[in-house]
Amino acid sequence: MSTTANSRGSKRTHRAGAFDMRNFIAGLIGIYGIVLVIYGIIGSSETQLKKTGHVNINLWAGIGMVLVAVFFAVWARLRPVIVAEDPEAVDDGDRPVGH
Amino acid sequence: MLLAASSQLRLDTNWVDYVLIALYFVFVLGIGIMAKRAVSSSLDFFLSGRSLPAWVTGLAFISANLGAVEIIGMSANGAQFGIPTAHYFWIGAVPAMLFLGVVMMPFYYGSKVRSVPEFMRRRFGPGAHLVNAISFAVAQLLIAGINLYLLAKIVEVILGWDLYVSLVAAAIVVLTYTTLGGLSAAIYNEVLQFFVIVAALLPLTVVGLYKVGGYGALKDKIAATPDGAHQLESWPATNLTAIDSPVLSIIGIVLGLGFVLSFGYWTTNFVEVQRAMASSSISAAQRAPIIGAFPKMFIPFIVIFPGMIAGVLVSQVAKAKSSGSTTFDFNNSLLYLIRDLLPNGMLGVAIAGLLASFMAGMAANISAFNTVFSYDLWQTYVKKDKPDHYYLAVGRWATVAATVIAVGTALFASSYSNIMNYLQTLFGFFNAPLFATFILGMFWKRMSATAGWAGLVSGTLGAIIVAILGTKVLGGLSVGVLSLSGQGASFTAAGVAFVVDIVVSVVVSLGTRPRKESELRGLVYSLTPKQDFHDANEGVLAWYQQPTKLAAVGLVMVIILNILFW
Repeated sequence: MSTTANSRGSKRTHRAGAFDMRNFIAGLIGIYGIVLVIYGIIGSSETQLKKTGHVNINLWAGIGMVLVAVFFAVWARLRPVIVAEDPEAVDDGDRPVGH
Repeated sequence: MLLAASSQLRLDTNWVDYVLIALYFVFVLGIGIMAKRAVSSSLDFFLSGRSLPAWVTGLAFISANLGAVEIIGMSANGAQFGIPTAHYFWIGAVPAMLFLGVVMMPFYYGSKVRSVPEFMRRRFGPGAHLVNAISFAVAQLLIAGINLYLLAKIVEVILGWDLYVSLVAAAIVVLTYTTLGGLSAAIYNEVLQFFVIVAALLPLTVVGLYKVGGYGALKDKIAATPDGAHQLESWPATNLTAIDSPVLSIIGIVLGLGFVLSFGYWTTNFVEVQRAMASSSISAAQRAPIIGAFPKMFIPFIVIFPGMIAGVLVSQVAKAKSSGSTTFDFNNSLLYLIRDLLPNGMLGVAIAGLLASFMAGMAANISAFNTVFSYDLWQTYVKKDKPDHYYLAVGRWATVAATVIAVGTALFASSYSNIMNYLQTLFGFFNAPLFATFILGMFWKRMSATAGWAGLVSGTLGAIIVAILGTKVLGGLSVGVLSLSGQGASFTAAGVAFVVDIVVSVVVSLGTRPRKESELRGLVYSLTPKQDFHDANEGVLAWYQQPTKLAAVGLVMVIILNILFW
């Protein structure tokens, strides 16, 4: 779905690389997940667990976030965004103004 | 919305929470810096070079609206009114979003306008354009200021920071990433914010339901409260509308909220439409609001449910509900629930989510403002025909000015919150007649330039008159001739604005000269070749990439949701 950017023809293209939104999502949510899993294992005191009714929510939410992060990372790897290296000169700026 | 500055809401944060919050800010600023590399023209800055995939613009589309005002306000409604609050999503948003994607987006994207007011200018000329552009720009500054104030307020309440320190700090963060990366930075951060908010609210809802004993137990406990039965069924929602008659209440919701208010907001508000305009093709632009509609219909479950759970689990909220207290501030419900249920760790994610939503709300207002200011006001009326990089610079300076003004507005709001509420209501009235003018202008080629601004002005005046005749709608200005207040009053005001706008537009059009048909290609349905409205590639798109089919699936799903929660 995000690979249609270059449907116009045979332009030189490159991958969007680091600036693919999916990598950012995977990065932040993944780090959140890892921190929460670790903290859920080592940092759960009895008073904290009492808040949730003894569900280790840090651990479970952390695992969920890691899975979401993996999904986005895999998606970005399998379907990279293709960016035209020389996008058409943007014509809108040249349109006469105020007619 | 006002949060009580009570020490009860101070959250028990520790180092891991601050680490998670700090990580979020690292990513926000990182996105701004990365997005800057992609900005080489004004179109990159204002419309992301029209290059974003539909799922990104679709998520940004709802995130721009998923500000903290929405999250806190809707969970408060959930605590107070229960399930009927879902109407704001299922009736008051999804149908209009689908309509925008299927019917109106081709006009916006196909005509290559860069803003909603610019469409107004090309269809109706400068009169309607100025009314629309100026009222929109001023309203954005006001709302950005309110978002900023609420952000600073919430930081003060839950973390104990000084109000002014957090105000300035938040303004600097937003300013940094929007000036650097323009709309791309704002949109990418909105998408990121969406995931952080879900990551915060979904576990909160799950823990809440677990602690109550499941959805069945939640229903039983709510049913046992006064007015409990009404809070578990979505119709007729007499508690939400404050209209006693069930039939009138349903009409009020369907026509007032579902048609006039929501179509006016979702289809003409440039803050939203700008996100879709940044898409890479006409079909992607159409898909943006339609894709956004799918998460939108499930957001009630992680926003309204926590409110309802707070009404059962949090003693302060439960007490206020059972005693029918009118002074209790339900806006605190979500914060109470976070305080009571989330341990350190998830607490940090929740705070990051709340801060994210305030900042994204403000960034959305500011990025919409700088586009309208630069293209619609400065380039159109002040300095025409300058090279493109000139307008890019104007946009960056407009962003700086807007942020400074927002800080000023926020300071004003901190001492005069009532005035801010009334101003916000007042600016809502400029929105009310827009949909009428747009839809008539798009489908009736006879509608003249004079009718454009005359309809808008008289529709707005109609709404203001209703508000003045109503009770307390505009504070001391309202004389109380009509016994309308709250939601009922805003439904009525919007309805009157719509009808007055249509009537005045038709009458004025018949008495004035229509515009030349050759000037209206792309702007009026009957004068636009069909291929202008379609993606050249549409034949090869899969069914889920075709806007109309996707919208049909969305419509069926939202109808099913309505039936399930009847």
